[in-house]
Amino acid sequence: MEYIDYYKILELTKIASDADIKKAYRKLARKYHPDLNPNDQTAKKNFQQINEANEVLSDPEKRKKYDKYGKDWKHAEEFEKAGHPGNQQQQQYGRNTGRQSGFGNSDEHDFSDFFESMFGGRSGGRRESQVKYRGQDFNAELNLDLISVYKTHKQTLTVNGKNIRLTIPAGVENGQTIKIPGHGGEGVNGGPNGDLYITFSIENHTKFKRAGNDLYSDVEIDLYKALLGGEITVDTFEGRVKLKIQPETQSGTKVKLKGKGFPVYKKENEFGDLYITYKIKNPTNLSEREKELFSELANLRKK
Amino acid sequence: MKNENLIPVPEFCQHHQIEFSFISTLSEYGLVEVTVINEIEYIDKEQIKELEKMIRMHYELDINVEGIDAITHLLKRYDRLNEELLGAKNRLRIYEGDK
Repeated sequence: MEYIDYYKILELTKIASDADIKKAYRKLARKYHPDLNPNDQTAKKNFQQINEANEVLSDPEKRKKYDKYGKDWKHAEEFEKAGHPGNQQQQQYGRNTGRQSGFGNSDEHDFSDFFESMFGGRSGGRRESQVKYRGQDFNAELNLDLISVYKTHKQTLTVNGKNIRLTIPAGVENGQTIKIPGHGGEGVNGGPNGDLYITFSIENHTKFKRAGNDLYSDVEIDLYKALLGGEITVDTFEGRVKLKIQPETQSGTKVKLKGKGFPVYKKENEFGDLYITYKIKNPTNLSEREKELFSELANLRKK
Repeated sequence: MKNENLIPVPEFCQHHQIEFSFISTLSEYGLVEVTVINEIEYIDKEQIKELEKMIRMHYELDINVEGIDAITHLLKRYDRLNEELLGAKNRLRIYEGDK
């Protein structure tokens, strides 16, 4: 646990007045407030820090204690006990006297271990007290495999101790967020519940690459089939299909298999396409006879 | 818009300890839609999330309604750009190794 320089966080010096602190806090709060920086974890962290700095510096007692012990914060408790035998009791009250006005409505009020160690816990129920009407929104990330989102399936999630049976529609995209209305925090004063937002993180361990509803894959064909034509069997995401190879097929040739791609999100029986790129595989470990024949072929081309 | 989804503005203002005029101003700027039934103003439940965000901007961050209007437009644009970025990143996975 490291010492935290609250003055530095609020870009102030130790001689800052209460007005300076308020002004600095408001300015930085506008910069880092989560409402103005959606999904920005760095801003969220900065916002937590300025809230914590404000909590200490805008409270005369906390500021006094912080200024007094500074980097010797680890011994603050001992000093206080030694100097004021009844202080433990006071400190206990201090924990429950509430805090200065802060911003935000979610977990941006998580304070550091340094704060907890020096000032004890924060006032209880602070987080809940921020909800004035509508409940908080909850955010969750769900890791899925590409194979599992090829078909619509159900999954049970546990969010804040509650089980939620969720239907995950086929074709959901990596990074896509869906809203489950009313499954967030409870509203107060008759306000509606918040919503649950689930962001999907989809990992792909298949040989297919996905771009939206389309799939891409490379298929190796041997040199002779590429030159003379023939038939091959290729894998699609769901089963195998036979394909005709045209004579003199070049490496890098793309073929489209219509409707063999990924399901279209929330559109039943609609699929993207599968694009196959042929990669020609040259023979290796040629025998003397093969070399002779290839040389002969090469010479024929020269003429 | 179903009636059960409508929340009376006076009740909402009371819980948030805000003036009714603030909601009226937001409505004038087209930032919130107010429905009047039997001379009582209502807001749809779906709008509350955004409305509470605007309340925080105004009462906690001292941002005036013009500022809220500008920020709301920029945040919408930010969301759109983020969606585009996500699409582009997903496309890029075709050329890079998938994780």
